[in-house]
Amino acid sequence: MIQVEHLTKRYGNTLAINDVTFDVKKGEILGFLGPNGAGKTTTMRILSGFIPATDGKARVSGYDVFEQPLEVKRRIGYLPENPPLYQELSVDSFLTFVAQIRGVKSEQISDRLEAVKEQCGLEDMGSRLIKYLSKGYRQRVALAQALIHDPDVLILDEPTVGLDPKQIIEVRELIKRLAGEHTIILSSHILPEVSMTCQRVVIINNGRVVATDTPENLKTTLAGSNQVQIEFRGDMDGVRRALASLGHLKSVRPESTSANAAVLRVEVEPGFDERADMARAVVQSGADLLELKTTGPSLEDIFLKLTTEESGIEA
Amino acid sequence: MRNIFALWKKELSLFFVSPIAYVVLTIFLLLTGFFFRSIVVRVVEFSIQEMIQAQQFGGPPPARDYAQDVLRAFFGVLSTMILFLMPMLTMGVFADEKRRGTIELLLTSPVTHWQIILGKFLASVTFYMVMLLPTGVYALFAYRYSEPKFMWRPVLSGYLGILLLGTVLISIGIFISSLTENQIIAAVTTFAVFIILWVIDFAAQGTGVISEAMQYLSVLNHYDDFAKGVIDTKSLVFYGSLILLGLFLTSTSVESLRWRE
Ligand SMILES: Nc1ncnc2c1ncn2[C@@H]1O[C@H](COP(=O)(O)OP(=O)(O)OP(=O)(O)O)[C@@H](O)[C@H]1O
Ligand SMILES: [Mg+2]
Repeated sequence: MIQVEHLTKRYGNTLAINDVTFDVKKGEILGFLGPNGAGKTTTMRILSGFIPATDGKARVSGYDVFEQPLEVKRRIGYLPENPPLYQELSVDSFLTFVAQIRGVKSEQISDRLEAVKEQCGLEDMGSRLIKYLSKGYRQRVALAQALIHDPDVLILDEPTVGLDPKQIIEVRELIKRLAGEHTIILSSHILPEVSMTCQRVVIINNGRVVATDTPENLKTTLAGSNQVQIEFRGDMDGVRRALASLGHLKSVRPESTSANAAVLRVEVEPGFDERADMARAVVQSGADLLELKTTGPSLEDIFLKLTTEESGIEA
Repeated sequence: MRNIFALWKKELSLFFVSPIAYVVLTIFLLLTGFFFRSIVVRVVEFSIQEMIQAQQFGGPPPARDYAQDVLRAFFGVLSTMILFLMPMLTMGVFADEKRRGTIELLLTSPVTHWQIILGKFLASVTFYMVMLLPTGVYALFAYRYSEPKFMWRPVLSGYLGILLLGTVLISIGIFISSLTENQIIAAVTTFAVFIILWVIDFAAQGTGVISEAMQYLSVLNHYDDFAKGVIDTKSLVFYGSLILLGLFLTSTSVESLRWRE
């Protein structure tokens, strides 16, 4: 339903997203998870046709986002990060306006209006001016405008921001009900939100996709470890014996050996920093320590930047 | 067409709930009323003087069309007034849309840039016509009390002129509004541009190649023809091209907006 290939967006010198690739199947809810500034909004804005990409391809329902923008826009319901509302209009006149520009037939507009108001819990709010609604209700109106033309694809940028815990649960339930008929991409920086609502998760950090998996698998990976790479010159077996005497190491694997250097990859239990002890152990075993480094930001580091707990919300 | 209509309607309903639009409308009607009154008083005083002079010297009373004098002076006032007020009407047209973030809603809906621009442009022109409408009362008033009755043609062509002049200003104002998300900056810039248009009119006084060129470029100079009852194709073409120019510049600006975002 949605294919994103090697998408790149550059703002001057900053790369907002870099070579982002993923796809979403029909009827699926895909979670787009990443810390602040990861590039979630940028990706969604490109998919919705608001901004062009610097490089790469994106297709929605088989239509190219850049070549056939109108066809794509007809099929997308987009909830931007900041709810796009005309404060001075009433809920009904706002939703009617959006229905008209999204191409809902005149005779169907009032039916659609009733339907989305019911879906979003806005039944009694039709004649209220948007500026007199609470933040949570405004968010609902913003969600209603994304649904008004019954689009195949929903792109929701942090749909639960600003809602109270009860409303958050309601919106998540609503999103789950919408799946199946609709294909949904939902962005969030809250880990439990994504694992609760989504069937698949794309984790993005610093503009790059760092993992794509089911929430369950990601949890297993998370329970995994962080890795340290040790390069040294000397006796491999001696070094391995020295390391074996240390605690908190899950595994020690030789990575490569050559005439003047060997590399070991050590998996450390999460939450422990054993680098100092490891360095000492290598040197005491008589080998020359050439380099000792953690390999890249591990998934865990990225998860640490995410919001992993929510207070007041039970799953 | 349906899209333009929907956008037009939304824009117009926003005008009618906007305090700024009401302030503009009120100022406009109060000032035009005030100026109409003082113009009438001045012309009446002047005509009495002329009459007295004619009696003293025993000649016939001067054959002047005083009602026409009133209307011409009045159209002059109208044009100056919209030069000052129009920036307040157009400043928000795109700037506000960007500030609210609703531009994201418009640009991700299946409508084209031109539909968005035309919807907004036509709504502003409609509001402007609503603003002008009550001033027709003054023309009726002048007609009711003038003796002999004057011709309607200069009145109608005067209104055509003021409508075209205003539409040119709207089209320029909307373009400037599309360049920023700050209404105040939009208003000040638009005002500055209009002042330049006004200054061009001063530079056009006199003779020589430069002032002739200036005369052609002066939006107010063309307007003067209309107020005299002359509908010149040259002026129609001039105003028409300025309106189109403003709209095309807006289209370019809205297009590049996506690239800047
Ligand atoms: N208009 C812009 N001009 C310049 N840089 C931008 C612009 N928009 C976004 N960026 C940069 O691109 C990067 C990605 O931003 P983006 O808004 O996509 O992040 P995000 O994942 O949505 O973050 P958040 O969780 O805070 O909403 C950031 O470093 C941001 O500073
Ligand atoms: Mg964002």
